[in-house]
Amino acid sequence: MKTRVTRAFSSVAALTAAGLVLTACGSSGDGGSEQTGPASFEGRGPITYVAAKDTTGTVQPVIDRWNKLHPDEKVTFIQLPTDADSQRQQMIQNAETKSDAYTVLSLDVVWTSEFAAHRWIDRLPEKEFPLQKMLKPVMETAKYRDGLYAVPASSDGGMLYYRSDLLKKAGVAGPPKTWAELKDACAKVRKLPEGKGMSCYAGQFQKYEGLTVNFAEAVHSAGGVVTDANGTPDVDTPAARKGLDFLTGSFRDGTIAKEAITYQEEDSRQAFQSGRLIFLRNWPYVYSLAQKSKVAGKFEVAPLPGLNGPGASSLGGHNLALSSFAKNKATALDFMKFFTSEQIAKHFLQDASLAPPYARLYDDPALVKQYPYLPVLKQSVLRAVPRPRVVQYGDVTSAIQREAYAALNGGKSSAQALTDLQKDLQKVMGR
Amino acid sequence: MADIRTPARTAVRPPGGTAGRRAGRPPAPAGRRARAARATAGSGRMAALLVSPTLLVLSIVVLYPTIMALAESLYGPKGLDPRTGFISSTEPFVGLRNYADIFGEAGDRFWNAFWNTTFFTVVTVALETVIGVAMALIMHRALRGRALVRAAILIPWAVPTAISGLLWRWIFNSNGIANDLLGRQILWTSEGFQAKVAVIVAEVWKTAPFIGLLVLAGLQVIGKEVYEAARLDGAGPLRQFWHITLPLVKPALLVAVLFRCLDALRMFDLPYILVGAQKHSVETLSMLAQHEASNVRFGPASAYAVLLFLYVLLIALAFVRLLGTDLVGDGGAGGRRGRRRGIALFRRTEVTA
Repeated sequence: MKTRVTRAFSSVAALTAAGLVLTACGSSGDGGSEQTGPASFEGRGPITYVAAKDTTGTVQPVIDRWNKLHPDEKVTFIQLPTDADSQRQQMIQNAETKSDAYTVLSLDVVWTSEFAAHRWIDRLPEKEFPLQKMLKPVMETAKYRDGLYAVPASSDGGMLYYRSDLLKKAGVAGPPKTWAELKDACAKVRKLPEGKGMSCYAGQFQKYEGLTVNFAEAVHSAGGVVTDANGTPDVDTPAARKGLDFLTGSFRDGTIAKEAITYQEEDSRQAFQSGRLIFLRNWPYVYSLAQKSKVAGKFEVAPLPGLNGPGASSLGGHNLALSSFAKNKATALDFMKFFTSEQIAKHFLQDASLAPPYARLYDDPALVKQYPYLPVLKQSVLRAVPRPRVVQYGDVTSAIQREAYAALNGGKSSAQALTDLQKDLQKVMGR
Repeated sequence: MADIRTPARTAVRPPGGTAGRRAGRPPAPAGRRARAARATAGSGRMAALLVSPTLLVLSIVVLYPTIMALAESLYGPKGLDPRTGFISSTEPFVGLRNYADIFGEAGDRFWNAFWNTTFFTVVTVALETVIGVAMALIMHRALRGRALVRAAILIPWAVPTAISGLLWRWIFNSNGIANDLLGRQILWTSEGFQAKVAVIVAEVWKTAPFIGLLVLAGLQVIGKEVYEAARLDGAGPLRQFWHITLPLVKPALLVAVLFRCLDALRMFDLPYILVGAQKHSVETLSMLAQHEASNVRFGPASAYAVLLFLYVLLIALAFVRLLGTDLVGDGGAGGRRGRRRGIALFRRTEVTA
């Protein structure tokens, strides 16, 4: 019986080997056709819009409005999981199989380069979109090598939430503009009876995309860069080190609580809302939620602090892109224009508090009344430096997370972490 | 998990059944041997015919993807053309370089994941076996409220792994219940040994009932008279358990442990959700393969998957041997079936891995 089993296995192995050779021959033959002609946008008819699951219920009404106006060019909303990694994975699967199931894709801002370089999305005609009305850093996230590959639909920037009640009581004049001022303010607040046992500052330091965001902000706020203007890694610099030192030093001296190494956005929001934090770096979505919590009316927002002056935020948000393998691209282009128009951006700001790419909306008095943080957010977005815009973003962000986490966890000195990161990034990007 | 297992098992039952019956038949007398041989040949052809659809399905859903993965593992990632800024449309053939890289450059990461995988498998399966057997004994006892106890014990197993991962992430939150109960702040989801402990606790909680369930099935076929005889001979409860329950329940227990080992070896969702991706201390081989695939490097991803497949295959074969020899001792039928099931099992794992 044993020999029979063994024989069966050896024949399977032989088959496998044979099949291997066959498939190897098969797949080396195809491909090799490199063509980069200008994309033509032809064909009208039904298309799809692919985005994360809409938890606010504001997307479908907009699509319904379009469908009513264009009964022959209906848009179907395909909802992907809320988790960004699975969205990206499904979009890549769709592209790898060259399926026409997805037409207009809602891409996270950091995916643009990767999708463009793989030619999963089409280059778009710049003249068709009101780009000059948008905030410049936001518009930059939609470009790859000077070509427009996506249209900004929403943006996002980090802000400093602070306990204005405690700062006032401690006699601190206003929100800190530098890290040193932030630490000073904390020292004063902690002397108050209410401030006893409070943590000073927190961001998102768990080993995930949030850490990349926070690391990049620290480095940029100290005047350093992760990648330079040409996209070449240049992170092993004294400036970058000062940025990382702020984070590692804060973990060491207790400015940032030890438990913050496990914080994602929600954990840090909970800590702020339960009154355990004086300063919090987070996205604008926290504002309305915190107003319903026990710190309601006790907090305000300010631009992020930096080493010698205001800091630089990372950018969030989504861009619309057109799948290269889709049909009815003329309709798709029209729909993208409609969906990213100022009017729709205003709707999304009002109903889903999505930060718009349009500069003017941040100054609209009615909107500022609804969202008092808009002027601060505008400053944040205007001064923002996007995370590295590189094709191998997945590898870049894991390298950043690995080294930054090692530095924050005390496993590595920040100098060593940055030297290693520089080496990793050079290897990943092949330069 | 259950919905995958069921078709695999039913699909393989026909050959196992016929083989078992044949093996169990007493040897034919010398005079009738020729006729019997002819009949066997005839029924063999019939069996082959009946089995062929199953084999066809298996080769489409199992053999083909495996071969494709093997082939894919010989290709490298697509290169970026620095002039145009576009990724080339073909993957370069690199032969065995993906494997060489895994054992060379990326060796640290691979061996770390390998040891993590092995550590999790050994520790969780050992704990699950002990707890699972205890659960089965409790469920087997004819107490009042037995149905309630059984349902309660089985609930963790019915919770999807991803959900239980989220659940335990709350429990192991820095301000969660676990820390409240322990009275100190342990950062479970940060890098370190405590992350391993968190994964093990959650995994054991979830899958010990599975072993319990299979062992319970084994317990229920043990006749009451065996225990009665033992009692008459003056054997205490501990002796009864050690010399009667355990040996008689062993076939079922071994199958359960095999299932669990193969499942644990391709552990992915629990550490991924509970502790997070790219955490050195809990990264398993499946997570490595997923990481490569999510960065559009299907070649290296396949290479990792193939290595995991080989590892699982090795463990499965070792178990099948163990099961086979053990069960042949008390009847060929059981041995055969056990062996076949084992083979079907590793086929299943290779697909899902």
